[in-house]
Amino acid sequence: MLSDYNFIGVFVIVAIIFPFVALGLAWLLRPKKPNPVKTDTYECGLQTTGETWVQFRAQYYIYALVFVVFDIEAVFLFPWAVAYSKVGLYAWVEAFIFLAVLTVGLAYAWRKGALRWQ
Amino acid sequence: MKFILNFWVELGNWLEGVLSGWGVPTWGVNLIIDIVVVLILLIVGIMAVLIFTPMERKVIARMQDRPGPNRVWPYGVLIALADAIKMLTKEDITPRKADRALHMLAPLLVTIPALLVFAVLPFGFRVIGQDLNVGVLFILAISTIHVLAILIAGWGSNNKFALLSAFRVVNQLLAYEIPMVLCILAVVLLTRTMSTQGIVEAQTIPFFLVMPIAGMIFLICAMAEANRSPVDLLEADSEMVAGYMVEYSGMKFAMFFIAEYVNMFAIAIIISTLFLGGYKFFGLEDVAPVLSPFIVFAKAVFVIFLMLWFRGTFPRMRFDQLVSFAWKFLVPLGLVNLMLAALVVKIPAANPSTVPWIQGAVMLAGNLIIIAVAFLILNRTARRVDGPSALKRIVATER
Repeated sequence: MLSDYNFIGVFVIVAIIFPFVALGLAWLLRPKKPNPVKTDTYECGLQTTGETWVQFRAQYYIYALVFVVFDIEAVFLFPWAVAYSKVGLYAWVEAFIFLAVLTVGLAYAWRKGALRWQ
Repeated sequence: MKFILNFWVELGNWLEGVLSGWGVPTWGVNLIIDIVVVLILLIVGIMAVLIFTPMERKVIARMQDRPGPNRVWPYGVLIALADAIKMLTKEDITPRKADRALHMLAPLLVTIPALLVFAVLPFGFRVIGQDLNVGVLFILAISTIHVLAILIAGWGSNNKFALLSAFRVVNQLLAYEIPMVLCILAVVLLTRTMSTQGIVEAQTIPFFLVMPIAGMIFLICAMAEANRSPVDLLEADSEMVAGYMVEYSGMKFAMFFIAEYVNMFAIAIIISTLFLGGYKFFGLEDVAPVLSPFIVFAKAVFVIFLMLWFRGTFPRMRFDQLVSFAWKFLVPLGLVNLMLAALVVKIPAANPSTVPWIQGAVMLAGNLIIIAVAFLILNRTARRVDGPSALKRIVATER
């Protein structure tokens, strides 16, 4: 079973080498003449003003939190889906309760306005 | 004859035989075959860029009633090669204010997962990089790295437009991951396996016909994940130039470009694997397995054509509508579809050979009912929000 991942390992190594080869080839061929105008921040010709690295708004974190809830749900549901034909009534009902709790969670987030863009 | 008909598998066996004949130890044989297969898959992935860039430009051009690229060789088919040479010889500018390490890391991080997905895509029975027993989960896990890479690119560029794009990544790509996972879960429920090859083998009827809801949701989400217009809000050129790619030039930009097209190709193959029957085509794959990769390619090209069609037809969505669409429409719909699948799988059947047909019929009927109910609710909501005569007003102004 673990030997399945030998191939994945080889693939990871080759896939990591590929962009380095491409970038290296370009490094050999490309001109290198930087000047202050070229390396300036490009914002459609206007001078950039103020700090760029500002904090994300809290709104984004709420979305990310809802996402985390659902993503973890997916991790639990995948084994359930694979073993579905073998599980008895108990696990069946339990998974439905799990899904129902999630749905209620989504409905709650919706009701509270977490999904409303401000 | 058997060698030709089952060419891809027999080729592997032949190579294995030759290498063992030379006295290479078993681990060496496996390693060499792995490397050969990896290189073939990489070349197939990269070739996608060369094939689908001209295709995209031609198809979009025809839809917009113009000829498109027509100078580089007949009909401009070599335009992608010309682009590649230009990219190679372009100066690579790193902005002064950018975070150099992050700016460098992002193009690498976006290319590697795009290529890695090809490890588990089935191109035929036993014509697959590695048939992992958690193949679908592998695809999901690997393709999520892409989100991180775009976030890094947007943040590391130290550019207002790129930063806006990074903000949008958090919302768009994360929001569209959820309905996608729910659709895959429904497929896994029906097939009882996570291996990509197993899913194709278990598909008696293509799942797009069994559950059109899951297929459509997956297509929309895949387009959002691959950042295709009309849901390409990350790079929306009319709003924020090119989003996270603003500060990239030369080969680093080419990396994003390659990743986008490789992703698009991979997603087209994933859709044809999960919903269109993969390498199966009316029993042709049993008669001549040598054709199965071409069947997959044909289906992938069809899916890509659909994506281009969408791009040529629909206007870009507004960002808040895009996010609401995912959370308030696709996620509930996906959940309902998943519950329906869970109910349908438990239907008892006397004769095991009729099981897929009975399940398919019930699933399809349920899907159609869900679609009808969903559109009824949408219609009522639209009337509440826009007033009863919104459609009439539009028709009136059209006249």
